[in-house]
Amino acid sequence: MEGKRQVYFDNAATSWPKPPEVAAAVSSFISDVGANPGRSAHSLSIEASGVLYDARELAAKFFNLADTQRCIFTLNATTAINLVFKGLLRPGDHVITSGVEHNAVMRPLRALERGGVEVTVLNCAPYGHLDSEAVEHAIKPNTKLVTLNHASNVTGTLLPIREVGRMCRAHGVPFMVDSAQTAGSVRIDMEADNIDLLVFAGHKSLLGPQGVGGVAIGGGVDFSRIEPLVRGGTGSGSEVEEQPNFLPDMFEAGTPNTPGISGLAAGITFVLSVGIEEIRAHELELTRMLLGCLREMPQVEILGDPDPETRVATVSFNLRGISPSEVGFRLDDEFGVLCRTGLHCSPATHKTLGTFPRGAVRFGLGYFSTEDEIDYATESLKKIAGDSN
Amino acid sequence: MDECQFFVILFKSSSYAVQAERTCRKAGINVRLVPVPRELSSDCGICMRIHSADREATEQAMAAGRCDFERILPFGREE
Repeated sequence: MEGKRQVYFDNAATSWPKPPEVAAAVSSFISDVGANPGRSAHSLSIEASGVLYDARELAAKFFNLADTQRCIFTLNATTAINLVFKGLLRPGDHVITSGVEHNAVMRPLRALERGGVEVTVLNCAPYGHLDSEAVEHAIKPNTKLVTLNHASNVTGTLLPIREVGRMCRAHGVPFMVDSAQTAGSVRIDMEADNIDLLVFAGHKSLLGPQGVGGVAIGGGVDFSRIEPLVRGGTGSGSEVEEQPNFLPDMFEAGTPNTPGISGLAAGITFVLSVGIEEIRAHELELTRMLLGCLREMPQVEILGDPDPETRVATVSFNLRGISPSEVGFRLDDEFGVLCRTGLHCSPATHKTLGTFPRGAVRFGLGYFSTEDEIDYATESLKKIAGDSN
Repeated sequence: MDECQFFVILFKSSSYAVQAERTCRKAGINVRLVPVPRELSSDCGICMRIHSADREATEQAMAAGRCDFERILPFGREE
């Protein structure tokens, strides 16, 4: 199509573009280092171990985790969530979560529920807000974990993690936060926010490549109670056939994605160079503008709280009279606006919002999104809405 | 064993070895990561080699940096 441009509004799934330093770091590791970290003892292997350690230290400091060795890298946030749930929860244990969680949380929890774990899903208000008092009321003697997302991947609504964390501390219940939608765009401090287990995705606002995530295990967590999800070679304790009982090796069997982790370190370094407050302020401004443009359209129904301060830069909506998939297809096909439609792997959230099974159209903005792109995308939406009248 | 030129410090895994190396280098101590000598351990990993004269400074730096290690062993002879 003549003059067709491309606008990438799917940052809530994977951020793109990345800072050039990220691809450079991945490429440099593959071209110049390449070796296996923690296994052999030649100079390139030692260098690879250094790359891995430096990334681990950077990520730990980024989240204010005191002990670098407690920062575990995994394939993605989903694997990290599975590691915690399946490693920690036993039949008869109770776990509390919210009604606005991603399937990365709900699916492993439902599987564990069939095996005898008791699962409480707390209702959220229509905008997706969670009353932190409700969490405290749900805590029982057998509650072994409270797990919440930091922000919804559908509405972008921020949950009150600091308050919930404080309550969990008071009751001695470990608190896990899924920061897939916030790490890199909202400040997270494991100490100040009272987080025991912080799950992060590397490929979203941390600006790393796909294939890297992890979990930061706070100093107060007895990690020996967490069964490894995967066992295998670690390069350490090779004389024994049992999994090491120390971190990070206990939870990192097999060769890691060192090129990806190297890229993640470059992404985090970029975030630090811009400053997390600056990133948050910029994304807030973009979100405010997008919400304003959408509100001007009478056919648009916005999901979640209209106040941008309560959200990250993810906005879902529907155009009355047109299915989300049709809107998404036309945005892409006719205007080059790339977004995500449907249920966003989060049927629980859409049930809370009353948009199940229809779903919605989601614009996931990112640090590199521009006001001009928002103008263009909303003008494109107006044309689609106009055609349907 | 005071006449040994080097000591080697053994760790649980390479992650701890690198942590100690980074910590010591920041403290201005000349250390080097090398393969674990076969006669000291059957592990296939790396250890940190230090000059005998740096032993005290190394232990202090590692304690300050909360570096976990397994053992410190003399290695090599005075030439």
